Amino acid sequence: MCLGIPCQVDEVAADQPQTAWVDVGGARRKVSIALLDDEQVVPGDWVLVHVGFALCKLDEAEAQATLELLEGMAKAYQDELAALARSDIA
Amino acid sequence: MTSGQAAPAARPTARLEGERVTLAHGSGGKATQALVQAVFVEAFHNPRLDPLEDGAVLEVPETATNGRPRLAYTTDSFVVSPLFFPGGCIGDLAVNGTVNDLAACGAQPLALSASFIIEEGLALADLRRIAQAMAKAARAAGTEVATGDTKVVQRGKADGCFITTSGVGAVHPGARLSIANARPGDRVIVSGPVGDHGATVMLARGELGISAQVASDTAPLNGLVAALLDEAAAGTHALRDPTRGGLATVLNEVAAASGVGVVLDEAAIPVRTAVRGACELLGIDPLYVACEGRMVAVVAPDLADRALAAMRAHPLGAEATVVGEVTAEPAGMVLEKTAFGGTRVVDMLSGDPLPRIC
Amino acid sequence: MRFVDEYRDPAKARALARQIASLCEPGRTYKLMEVCGGHTHTIYKHGLEAYLPEAVSLVHGPGCPVCVIPMGRVDDAIAIASQPGVTMATFGDLMRVPGRRGSFLDAKAKGADIRMVYSPLDALRLARELPDRQVVFMAIGFETTAPSTAVTVLRAQAEGVRNFSVFCNHVTIIPPLRAILSSAEVALDGFIGPGHVSAVIGCRPYEVIAREHQKPVVVTGFEPLDVLQAVYMLMRQLSERRAAVENQYSRVVSWEGNPAALQVIDQTMELRPSFEWRGLGDIPYSALKLRSRYAAFDAEERFEVPGARVADPRACQCGQVLRGLIQPWQCRVFAKACTPERPIGTCMVSSEGACAAYYNFGRRHRQAQKAGQR
Repeated sequence: MCLGIPCQVDEVAADQPQTAWVDVGGARRKVSIALLDDEQVVPGDWVLVHVGFALCKLDEAEAQATLELLEGMAKAYQDELAALARSDIA
Repeated sequence: MTSGQAAPAARPTARLEGERVTLAHGSGGKATQALVQAVFVEAFHNPRLDPLEDGAVLEVPETATNGRPRLAYTTDSFVVSPLFFPGGCIGDLAVNGTVNDLAACGAQPLALSASFIIEEGLALADLRRIAQAMAKAARAAGTEVATGDTKVVQRGKADGCFITTSGVGAVHPGARLSIANARPGDRVIVSGPVGDHGATVMLARGELGISAQVASDTAPLNGLVAALLDEAAAGTHALRDPTRGGLATVLNEVAAASGVGVVLDEAAIPVRTAVRGACELLGIDPLYVACEGRMVAVVAPDLADRALAAMRAHPLGAEATVVGEVTAEPAGMVLEKTAFGGTRVVDMLSGDPLPRIC
Repeated sequence: MRFVDEYRDPAKARALARQIASLCEPGRTYKLMEVCGGHTHTIYKHGLEAYLPEAVSLVHGPGCPVCVIPMGRVDDAIAIASQPGVTMATFGDLMRVPGRRGSFLDAKAKGADIRMVYSPLDALRLARELPDRQVVFMAIGFETTAPSTAVTVLRAQAEGVRNFSVFCNHVTIIPPLRAILSSAEVALDGFIGPGHVSAVIGCRPYEVIAREHQKPVVVTGFEPLDVLQAVYMLMRQLSERRAAVENQYSRVVSWEGNPAALQVIDQTMELRPSFEWRGLGDIPYSALKLRSRYAAFDAEERFEVPGARVADPRACQCGQVLRGLIQPWQCRVFAKACTPERPIGTCMVSSEGACAAYYNFGRRHRQAQKAGQR
């Protein structure tokens, strides 16, 4: 329902309160970080942007964990397919 | 087309008062003449235009095959806001757009006309920049603006400046092009990354607050098309420049006209990272975003490799790539094999792409 | 692009597809509702159904703010926009949504000053740039978008901007889900929960659905692997006879949500006793309005608003689509009288409306299925 784009924080604006520049693939936009107010935002952080507001920070460790789980599943599947192929030949 | 012609006679120098276009410049009298001389003749300057006759007389070159060349004839109007944007301006678009429409017919331009509707108050400096850009673009395409017209309308009645250009071109003798000619098995080649122009103009309006290192791809493609046709005319079934509505729209036109399907390979479609980034932020699909310097070629499979090599050897086709294939079914539809491994329908655009939040 | 491309890997999709297939019990079919239109868009845009066994069908839910806005509210917004001196600022999504006498685009053609904005803050900027006009922001969206409106109102107040107001149409996600479950019209097996709403509200509010209605909910991201993994997680719960709230989208969503965002909503807005949803009718406590201390920024206080109720066009079956009762192609006007060019219902307007998504991206799959059945 709501377009949310992962963007990387480029810089936290010094001249405007609660504002940061974010980058997605080289496209830059100023976004409000007012909704992250109890979190420290620094350049390099990834945030989810919706209608010009950072809604939350992305948790890189969680992202990695999800991917590793899927990776494991894919690997198990491939191993199985490979085993199947070998048994065919035999 | 200027080669072989005598150097033009010395021109009267016109004096243009003021810094902005006024209604007087559209009156048809002295002020109009001064404007035309000081801006347009100054920029376009060629023997066919300079006498400011009511029209230009063209000499049609003979062709090697039968002595009677086929002519291509096209017209297009250009409205763009802002008038100037990274990579070009309305002037570049006005020349390249018409040159590319001729190129899509397989033609080299013989001459262009340019008709200006100028809003009262436009800065003369801007008008000069536009005219200079047109002259430069025409030179790059090996042609010239041979005739034209100028009108001035009241403030608020035009968005700075509207330009209509028409062009006549001589069709490559081997070209047999029509969007109804696509056949199953044909390869779909696009000459470079898509969406650069549309994304650039959208961002240049400044309303979206997004900036990116993007520039319009506006360029004349007649040279690229000549290189392609010289190498693979017999197998080149259709050419189309994907302007408004983007790649998705022109391929739908091909599918409908030829009664064939087109299957695109999402992973193969070139999109610059910054264009993709801007499109992601706005929720817009780059397949629907306009190009002004790209050609889509539908080429028979046996000549596709040669066609691709010929395009890649041209500087404006260095990033040319095969993005899909023509199929028998489903007739009239464009599908895309997604990078994810699924298939989706790529429909015609309904209305302008609007930025969305959801 | 990071956090995007890695969730589009077909090798992982194939592995998930096999796991999903292996969890299907013989003879049983599964109906899973993707609550959010963003998921509908993902499913069709990437052709995700290619990975699902026939026994699993995805049903589209009410989670598209453009689709659920009743016609009367569109008419009200156009009435405000048509008043002299008013500039209406809206997201692009709403431009084509039809009211009784046309859309924003039509009103613009008749002379109303309607501007597209990317962010509510852009609407506030417009108000500063146009001090002689009343700038009204057409606020739509679930809890995802409401905090942005809230921050904008607070900033307008702090800066003393007097010519800015909000026509508030924010809605909340849990009430329509409960309405759908209570109506007992449709036998759903579980929910693919909306990821970005949950970035604000967290996972806890869905517990009521798992507990009281015994339906599993998996809060889910918007890349195709996210959705496929959520289907897998739902299927696993179903095979284990569990009904719990699980979080697939942990890289974005925390269990408690975003407290700062919830706080600004609460500070500036309160629940309306009742609000009309297209196709779902009136749902109590399902929408937000500005609190009375922000009345100065409330367009409903500042302008004459007709507030008329408008029945949906009779031919349109958006209501049944939004409740998961029928699929888009089963609507009697789908792709005939109702197309993205001339939409009758809202589901055909928003690019994430079930009908538009299906019309634009999905028709082929259905055709292929039909051909396969012959």
